[in-house]
Amino acid sequence: MATPTIPAPRAEYDRHKTTRSQFELFAWLFMRLSGVVLVILIFGHLFVNLWSGSGVHQLDFGFVGGKWANPFWQIWDLVMLWLAMLHGTNGMRTIISDYTEKPGTRVALQLTLYIASGIVVVLGTLVVFTFNPCPTGADPSLLASFCKA
Amino acid sequence: MSADTATKETAEPASKVDIPDHLGGGAGEIPSFDCTFLIARFNPEEDSEPHWEEYKVTMHGTDRVLDALHKIKWEMDGSLSFRRSCAHGVCGSDAMRINGRNRLACKTLLKDLDTNKTITVEAIKGLPLEKDLIVDMDPFFQSYREIMPFLITSGHEPTRERLQSAEDRERFDDTTKCILCASCTTSCPVFWTDGQYFGPASIVNAHRFIFDSRDQGGDLRLEVLNDKEGVWRCRTTFNCTEACPRGIQITKAIAEVKQALLERAF
Repeated sequence: MATPTIPAPRAEYDRHKTTRSQFELFAWLFMRLSGVVLVILIFGHLFVNLWSGSGVHQLDFGFVGGKWANPFWQIWDLVMLWLAMLHGTNGMRTIISDYTEKPGTRVALQLTLYIASGIVVVLGTLVVFTFNPCPTGADPSLLASFCKA
Repeated sequence: MSADTATKETAEPASKVDIPDHLGGGAGEIPSFDCTFLIARFNPEEDSEPHWEEYKVTMHGTDRVLDALHKIKWEMDGSLSFRRSCAHGVCGSDAMRINGRNRLACKTLLKDLDTNKTITVEAIKGLPLEKDLIVDMDPFFQSYREIMPFLITSGHEPTRERLQSAEDRERFDDTTKCILCASCTTSCPVFWTDGQYFGPASIVNAHRFIFDSRDQGGDLRLEVLNDKEGVWRCRTTFNCTEACPRGIQITKAIAEVKQALLERAF
């Protein structure tokens, strides 16, 4: 039977140095505040897209294009995208640090998370502001029907 | 003493406490029953992992888990190791995981457990296991020391005692009840994976001084608990509150420290 090595009985227990950073405080506060704002934004989004007007049947390429022609919906969707991504990323960050035991695993998973979130945020922001349902010079067979009008 | 005086002695008064018959208060004996214990054993000189061992003991309705452990150690297997000191729920030495919940063995009555089923007893989780039910409490006390659990004052020392109103005393009354048994900290899932987390017990003891009107070191303690491994790691799972053998509202105390930190920041 393998004999386990027993550390010296009164070996000094190492604690991390305090960082004096306010980051965790603001992260905690951000989760609460963004949560409240997200509830309003998401239910407003669901109501406008799926309920008002002709409901879920109105939802198509043109509907989204029409919404994003209005700066109000651009800002709405932009704020919703940013808050949802930051809220979700921070939640995943805490879950990763809660469940990973090795620092290496933690760093690898969190790095993957940050890169993935970064891509989604950048791409999403780009789409919200540059969305053009009828790009000029595109292959006409690929364009939506209303573009020909 | 002559036979004459002995007969004149007054009889012992009847007990003022009436215990019902079914609890062994009648003329009969205290009811006894057999129960099976499954105890996690670990000998650091032989084992690499803890293993379960089964013990069958005959216990009484008035016995506690600690009595069963004593019976096993004294009559069956002397090598069983566990900590206990006062054996009356005050010293906080015998916190262990009984049927999957952290409790004090000296405060857990067998009649409150399901004695038809096997009763499992294992060491508290998250601290380095030393032998059987004994863990290394050093990391636990190290975090406790770091929140400075002593009165910090500035200015001249008063010539008389530091007075405090009943209301001011009431503010932190709940957190003065802690006996440092580590039941809460070792029931916390965050602490299981992250031993650097200060844990509920340290926060409770910081709370006891942060909200003490006589203490002036609150800011220092809040600074320590504002860190990455401080109160913000709490996920409010309430495991600590459920585990506390003293009934301290631990999660509430942690929330109050969070609130104090927020008030300090803004």
